[in-house]
Amino acid sequence: MIRLLWRRLASASLVLLAASFFTFILARIVPSDPALAYVGPKSTAADEIKIRSLLGLDQPIPVQYFKYLKDVVMGNWGYSLSTKQPVLHEIANRLPPTIELIAVAVGFAIFFGLMLGILAARFPHSVGAAVIRVLSIAGISVPAFWLGLLLQLLFVGRLGWFPATGEFDLDIKFTSPIHHITGFPLFDAAITGNWVAVGSGLQHIVLPALTLAAYSFGLIARMSRANLLEVFAQDYIKVARAYGVSERVVLFKLALKNAISPVITVTGLSTAYLITGTFFVEQVYNWPGIGGFAANALISVDYPAIMGITLLGAAGYLTINFIVDLILTRIDPRIEAR
Amino acid sequence: MNTDAMREKIAKFSWLVGNPYAIVASSILVIFLACAAFSTWLAPYPKEGAGAPNVAHTLIGPSRLHLLGTDELGRDLLSRIIYGARPALLTSLTVVGTAALVGTLLGLVAGFRGGLIDAGVMRLSELFLSFPPLLLSLVAVSLLGPGLRNALIALIVSWWPWYARLIRNESRSLKSQPFVEIAQAMGVSSWKVMTRHLLRNITSSLIVQIAADLGTVILAAGSLAFIGLGAQPPSSDWGLMVAQGRTVIFDQWWISTFAGLAIFIVVLAFNLLGDELRDYLDPRKRAK
Repeated sequence: MIRLLWRRLASASLVLLAASFFTFILARIVPSDPALAYVGPKSTAADEIKIRSLLGLDQPIPVQYFKYLKDVVMGNWGYSLSTKQPVLHEIANRLPPTIELIAVAVGFAIFFGLMLGILAARFPHSVGAAVIRVLSIAGISVPAFWLGLLLQLLFVGRLGWFPATGEFDLDIKFTSPIHHITGFPLFDAAITGNWVAVGSGLQHIVLPALTLAAYSFGLIARMSRANLLEVFAQDYIKVARAYGVSERVVLFKLALKNAISPVITVTGLSTAYLITGTFFVEQVYNWPGIGGFAANALISVDYPAIMGITLLGAAGYLTINFIVDLILTRIDPRIEAR
Repeated sequence: MNTDAMREKIAKFSWLVGNPYAIVASSILVIFLACAAFSTWLAPYPKEGAGAPNVAHTLIGPSRLHLLGTDELGRDLLSRIIYGARPALLTSLTVVGTAALVGTLLGLVAGFRGGLIDAGVMRLSELFLSFPPLLLSLVAVSLLGPGLRNALIALIVSWWPWYARLIRNESRSLKSQPFVEIAQAMGVSSWKVMTRHLLRNITSSLIVQIAADLGTVILAAGSLAFIGLGAQPPSSDWGLMVAQGRTVIFDQWWISTFAGLAIFIVVLAFNLLGDELRDYLDPRKRAK
């Protein structure tokens, strides 16, 4: 276990190093001059030279890269061009709401995906199974930005069941303010017993989380159905059934254990997909997280923010893969032997 | 045509007939292709479909005259959507075609030659794949500057590694098969071994991958256009239309709804077909 941990850590730092190089190169091939972008259109030539030396853009490229690398490691990720705030500061502020959103979305995806996947495998020739199959393919085919708009149209505009945008009702700030403990607003509200805020937060998170969950749901439902069907066809399940072992034991004790590994892998993969999914969903729902910030940075070519987000994305992806590996080694002892 | 080939053709056809999902999916795709090829004839208002505004008819709801309503410039939405089929198809063909070509070539050589080339290609593709899907495309198109051409480049850049990996892994496992080793021992040239013996046996995996990717690329290009990084106005891109209808979603719901529906249905059809093809081309499942 420890060895696996070290090996993963070593390869992760290599990937991050490569990623930093990648983002650096990308930012340097920008057709638009970063110094010009920084000073704005009304600047003089003297301003430009000043900012160029201030940002280190007059140095040779390798020197610039090592300086950038040092800064990244030291926690100096530059200043966002649009908010003029440190990029790392922006990220730290906006990451918690996004993580909460992703966590709820993954929860929805696993719950509905597994449930429908199991049902479809358990009754493979039913109408329901056919419906579930189309639903799961629909999940991976639906554009998240469009699904978000449709849900808003239906549940906000027509039915009025949920609020349209944001993470909490605006008056929460005054009536029952959330105390800052971990920085995760919904979590903080829950552990401080601020139930008004929790209620408002839950109402706000349902639609964006459902929108985000669609893709993962599709993958998980499809994968769990396919794997369960394969396991159900194996001899040990047939024997268990012939012995009269109850269906519940067959499913949860015998079959699911052997079918779950690929499902976990695909859950991890789709969670990584959700990282970019938040760019669109947060924009549609005006969610105060990193995704909306990223979308704006991309549109306004806020290159320090873009570099920060790219690194963060790679780090997030690595973390998810690492967690998946840990879970897999825990539940399947055959993997560690490999 | 000899009888074997004929029988194969018939088998393929009957697979389609006996398979409701495949029929529905391919019918949708035929309509999609027809819209892309004959948009001028199929669109009820070809001029408006091509982008000409009609300010007397702005934001009319779905009616008999305008089946899907009109947009903020008074253009018939159905015509705009029909005109959107061609850019969608061309985008996805360009991206998937180029990515598959580059990836297949690199993957074949890497898998066949092994050694340093293999290590190089694989490390490079791993680097590309170490970012969350679509992130690299988004970043690249943002830095290159928004627009359809840059969106295409950005999508190709992040798509080829998938093909390189798929083809490399398959050709590596085929390489040690007796028929390949014998061909090499008999002095068949490397190029011929790669194209005749390796590539031909990988074709079915390649087809399945391409079928699904054709849809996924439409989805990705639509997403880029939606946040303003892909196709720009006055393009009839579907993602762009969803974005344009977004500001009026609660009052003029039809613009975003129908434009997005077009993306959804076409991507769904590609994915369904890809799924069916996977089952069909997988010899283990076909035997059942």
